[in-house]
Amino acid sequence: MSGVKEFLLPSHPQMKHIRNFCIIAHIDHGKSTLADRLLEITGTVSKRESQAQVLDDMDLERERGITIKSHAIQMNYNLDGQDYILNLIDTPGHVDFSYEVSRSIAACEGALLIVDAAQGIQAQTISNLYLALHHDLVIIPILNKIDLPAAMPEDVKDQIVELTDCDRSEIIPASAKTGLGIEEILRAIVDRIPAPKGDPDAPLQALIFDSVFNSFRGIIAYFRVMNGTIKTGDHVMFVNTGHDYKAEEIGILKLTKSPRASVSAGDVGYIISGIKEAREVKVGDTITHVDRPCPEIIMGFEDVKPMVFAGIYPVDTDEFEELRTSMGKLQLNDAALVFEPESSAALGFGFRCGFLGMLHMEIIQERLEREFNMTVITTVPNVSYECFLTNGDHLVINNPSDMPDPSRIDYIKEPYIKAQIITKSEFIGAIMTLCIGKRGMLQGQAYLTTDRVELAFEMPLAEIVFDFYDRLKTVSKGYASFDYHPSEYRQSALVKMDIRLNNEPVDALSALIHKDYAHSFGKKICEKLKELLPRQQFEIIIQAAIGAKIVARETVKALRKDVTAKCYGGDISRKRKLLEKQKKGKKRMRQVGNVEIPQQAFMAVLKLD
Amino acid sequence: MISSIISEIEMQSSFFSPPPFGGSREGITSIYFGGGTPSLLSTKDISNILEATYEYFNIEEGVEITLEANPDDLTSDKILELKSTCINRLSIGVQSFYDDHLKFLGRIHTANEALTAIEKAQTAGFENLSVDLIYGIPGLTETQWKANIDILTKLNIPHISCYSLTIEPRTALAKFVEKGTITLADEGESISQFYYLIERLREKGYEHYEISNFSKPGKRSLHNTGYWLGEAYLGIGPSAHSFNGTDRWANVSNNVKYIDLIRQGLFSGEVEPRNMNIRFNEYVMVSLRTQWGIDLKKVSLDFGEEYSASILSGIKSYMNSGLLIMDKQVITLTNKGKIFADRISSDLMRI
Repeated sequence: MSGVKEFLLPSHPQMKHIRNFCIIAHIDHGKSTLADRLLEITGTVSKRESQAQVLDDMDLERERGITIKSHAIQMNYNLDGQDYILNLIDTPGHVDFSYEVSRSIAACEGALLIVDAAQGIQAQTISNLYLALHHDLVIIPILNKIDLPAAMPEDVKDQIVELTDCDRSEIIPASAKTGLGIEEILRAIVDRIPAPKGDPDAPLQALIFDSVFNSFRGIIAYFRVMNGTIKTGDHVMFVNTGHDYKAEEIGILKLTKSPRASVSAGDVGYIISGIKEAREVKVGDTITHVDRPCPEIIMGFEDVKPMVFAGIYPVDTDEFEELRTSMGKLQLNDAALVFEPESSAALGFGFRCGFLGMLHMEIIQERLEREFNMTVITTVPNVSYECFLTNGDHLVINNPSDMPDPSRIDYIKEPYIKAQIITKSEFIGAIMTLCIGKRGMLQGQAYLTTDRVELAFEMPLAEIVFDFYDRLKTVSKGYASFDYHPSEYRQSALVKMDIRLNNEPVDALSALIHKDYAHSFGKKICEKLKELLPRQQFEIIIQAAIGAKIVARETVKALRKDVTAKCYGGDISRKRKLLEKQKKGKKRMRQVGNVEIPQQAFMAVLKLD
Repeated sequence: MISSIISEIEMQSSFFSPPPFGGSREGITSIYFGGGTPSLLSTKDISNILEATYEYFNIEEGVEITLEANPDDLTSDKILELKSTCINRLSIGVQSFYDDHLKFLGRIHTANEALTAIEKAQTAGFENLSVDLIYGIPGLTETQWKANIDILTKLNIPHISCYSLTIEPRTALAKFVEKGTITLADEGESISQFYYLIERLREKGYEHYEISNFSKPGKRSLHNTGYWLGEAYLGIGPSAHSFNGTDRWANVSNNVKYIDLIRQGLFSGEVEPRNMNIRFNEYVMVSLRTQWGIDLKKVSLDFGEEYSASILSGIKSYMNSGLLIMDKQVITLTNKGKIFADRISSDLMRI
């Protein structure tokens, strides 16, 4: 091994020739396509080897057209005879991952702000833009997709000028699809973004902005060196976790990993040090030398806390151990996922899992199904409550069915968020009605241009976990973008609502609801369950109850006959398929008392009208 | 279209020989004109189709040749013309002898036309008749239902098919139900009509040989029985389904595409992939509906012990609740079980 190292060259480009930048864009505004063009033109990838959208290398990401986890890539670019190193640090494009975005931003000196010329600025773009401005990044505004017939370049330029305070002439018109404007963007990156500052001889201070899991090498951490130099073989420490490691491999990130003897201040690189579990590598942590530690850690580190909780249960009850193994493997490369075993009378043995948000939850569920071939039942998600008891004790409740008896509760606190919605002015009324119906309080209303308005609300997080995104999309005909940030815990008049089927409580369907909404919520969920529960040979009584008090009730009539009238030559295959499908559905059902409950009923409250 | 049908008959002439899985196949025992309204065919078309069939296939003596017909097509002249062909059995879609019901069902014939058609067919010498009735129609009273059945038994109709009204999704009826223009009959009424039916026809000497089918001794539909006993059949024409004992397929349903493919001499069906589970599930579903039931010995032989064992464990609760009975390794539905046939066969399936 030591022989190999001697051949490794250090990566010490002159700092004044390095540019570190990220891209801020809304989903579908063309971030990935633009990144592909940059990589092509700088020769980082040839057109032939370029898999469409190189940066999004998880299948799921490519399918959803969003970047879930950030990555980085280094490009070489020659401008006017001078070689430059351009480090593109990719950022996730979803609100669930806003902490990661903030760390990626902290690793850069500049940002490309990509705005779709047909769609204009969206809420997610704004909040990331504010983050970038907060970190004093130089913004290069780019008006993408100007070749679209629906493009309204002048209107969107107005929005950009309004938001960034830039000169109109600084906005670069582009089409990542056709390649228009790409050279100009590269020139702007070199000319406008300042070179990094830092002292290569100072004690090591490097910011971890991302990590990935590799099944052969363990966890690979991506960092930006702020000061000092990190060398292969160095004895380093991750300050916040307190662990120390030998830097087995140091390198820079080309299309693939490219080992180097050292990486110095201003540059971006990776470290492999035999770390097995993702949770040992925390985004935002500082890497320094054990022998010569830096006097200060990099500001802004946070322990990422799960915001949304749900139960995940194997459909086949025998697969509990297999599910545990799969979740463990997922956690190896997704430190944001937390889980602990729980049991439910309705669902058997499973796990209570914590997620960063709703998208993160969906991703975990899909990865379990695709990568581990597990079929799972996910329960209705909930937030984390703080429950204060009359005896002075204080409990954190991540599962509504763990809520103590109401007589023991003094009060309950729930998490609130600051929500930001950008929409066309014609939808203000409908969106206000929706948000106020979700216990939102309007905090501000600002016109970005004459017909685009930004609304700010404070809302309980629990309300956006239930059926918020779909409704927002509906009431705004798709013309609303939404972003939020957690704010604080507040006391709320919450009650626990239980659902009973033929008098048996179904623990997995319990939810905490504001008392003023409990009746209408109970009524809706009973109606929804009536739709979803298959008729059985006996009547099923559905009740919503708060304590002993029944607030809503529905009945599923008994199925008194189940037989097809005709079954001749042409009907046989169709009929057989139908009955097989029923059998499959039944296999995924759970039994509570004598009632069979299909999988989708456990998510019923998410789809209430 | 007729010429395409005749071309397809020629193209398929080797369907029954050589047999798909060894042994010698006997000749064709049933020819059936059905699906849509074959009584619209001219006598000449029918004769041409039958001639081609006789030319290209080995037809058994005593073959059953059925034509499905709507009562309004069965005029005196039409009946006489049909009598001049080889057709020896008519299946008449009567549905009810009450005009209100016929109107509700969207039929264009009247009760009177239905009765006349049957009588004329019998007079013309069509003894082997099958008549369809529908129950569970909104407004169908107990008295009316009894009367519908009694008309058929008095006329000595040897084969009766009775279907519970089913609202197929995306049909006009389904829309009316959705809008509330019509209210469906209570499930309880339809169930009691079914029980009355099976009791009454049993008294009158009919054999209840499949959930919706009843016959006088020796007058079972050879054709449909073939479906239920897993025999091979060849469907000719657009959308026709075939089964060669192993595989199933259906022709394209679009008329223009069908004619075009036949013109090019191409086989127009797409064979469904079939594995052991699929064949087993089909056997369970189809046999359970018949008086012959599921034969465990056959299951062990054709599919293996694992499959018969899974049936044995699956039937326990249904035997306890009196929906199934087992006699000499043969499992059949009780009368109580007949109205739950789908649920039970679905439960016994393997996926």
